[in-house]
Amino acid sequence: MAILEVHNIEKHFGATRVLEDISFSLEQGQALAIIGSSGSGKTTLLRCLNFLETPDQGSIVVQSNTLFDAADPATQRESEIRKKRLHFGMVFQSFNLFPQYTALQNVTLASQLLAKEQPDFKANKARILADIEAHGKELLAQMGLADRAGHYPHQLSGGQQQRVAIARALALKPDILCFDEPTSALDPELTGEVLKVIRSLADQKTTMIIVTHEMAFARDVADQIIFMDGGVIVEQGDPHQVIEHPREERTKQFLARYAEN
Amino acid sequence: MELILEQMPVVLHSLNIGFLQTLKLFFVTLIGAIPLGLIIAFGSMSRFSPLRWLTRLIVWVVRGTPLMIQLLIIYYFPGLVLKNNWWGSGEAGRFIASSVAFIFNYACYFSEIYRGGIQGVPKGQQEAGMVLGMTKSQIFFKVTLLQMIKRIVPPMSNEIITLVKDTSLARIIALQEIIWAGQAFLKGSQGISGAIWPLFFTAVYYLIFNGILTVLLGRLEQKLDYFR
Repeated sequence: MAILEVHNIEKHFGATRVLEDISFSLEQGQALAIIGSSGSGKTTLLRCLNFLETPDQGSIVVQSNTLFDAADPATQRESEIRKKRLHFGMVFQSFNLFPQYTALQNVTLASQLLAKEQPDFKANKARILADIEAHGKELLAQMGLADRAGHYPHQLSGGQQQRVAIARALALKPDILCFDEPTSALDPELTGEVLKVIRSLADQKTTMIIVTHEMAFARDVADQIIFMDGGVIVEQGDPHQVIEHPREERTKQFLARYAEN
Repeated sequence: MELILEQMPVVLHSLNIGFLQTLKLFFVTLIGAIPLGLIIAFGSMSRFSPLRWLTRLIVWVVRGTPLMIQLLIIYYFPGLVLKNNWWGSGEAGRFIASSVAFIFNYACYFSEIYRGGIQGVPKGQQEAGMVLGMTKSQIFFKVTLLQMIKRIVPPMSNEIITLVKDTSLARIIALQEIIWAGQAFLKGSQGISGAIWPLFFTAVYYLIFNGILTVLLGRLEQKLDYFR
């Protein structure tokens, strides 16, 4: 039973078609890597899943719930989109940490705001906030940042900032965690620490979608790989097969260019 | 010099009263223009284009013409053109008319500073809030607002210090602020006439008050220095 099913997603920006007939599914506990050159639509696809863009066609189904269906306006109500977003976590290429909050506050802010909406919040305020803080600290420790909880983003390296961002996304316990080129804004010597964290999340069977340019990483960590080009899925399947023995001519060309660099 | 010392108590008393009116105009303008500027800023960023263009037209006119002319028009237009001087002829009426002119003028300048501040916060901040399930108002108050305030403190400090000195423009409609009070001794008041030094001495008031403001605003800037 797939946790995520994406059916025939299509997206235009003005007259430009950026996504065309995108369909795939993802099993619970699996990692999906999406590769492809810049402008192939990978980021737009992730943004559609997080409701940062609205697809023109197609549907998104999570755990048999239709979260979005372009043909059904009832699934596109602004008021519900906010809750639907919580099925997905998002780690951005540029981290997007909140600069005025410490690492720990970045991780706990959204949980606190959501807890305040619960009817029993006032009665159990102290315990709920203590739980949220303990969970936040635990996540930072898991990222290897236990001693950085009180630091502000500008006091952290890029790799540390991205790990805080991963902890922040995990804090809300999303069904599916999305990574949008999580290491592309990092110096080469800092990519390793972030990839290591993602690898350990994969070992713990976190359901993930990872847009990445790290081919070897995608091959080793993902259970499934999608190669996109020009807004369409050119090839998808087993990572070793797609990266080592691609079937499609365009995949071969793309990977050959990578091998050269 | 001896004459000046002799005139000093009378003059200082007068200047103090005048400066109180200056301060009143200054604070009323700030209290009115800071929130009104935010409304104008939202208008100038509205997705509804007629509202956006109307707001930008108003800002263009207000910023493009002298505050002194705006003061004169606002004060004299009702009485001379509409034949109904709703400001009345007293000091209270002059103060209200000045306040209206200053609040509106400064709100337009502030709105442009706010607009820059809001648009200067990276879009990724808003998106990060959205994917974390925050509402629009939570994103504004918990994420964007403080970053915006940090960005606007230096340009706002500049405008606020300019405002202290601009209050003297209200002299043109005979508001009894400190310049008016100093000038009175030139023409003759309380037994002193032909004295120019009280008018020059008003500068000391402005200088000291702006000194205090500079220190306070500098502290605010430092307070916000804990993040980038």
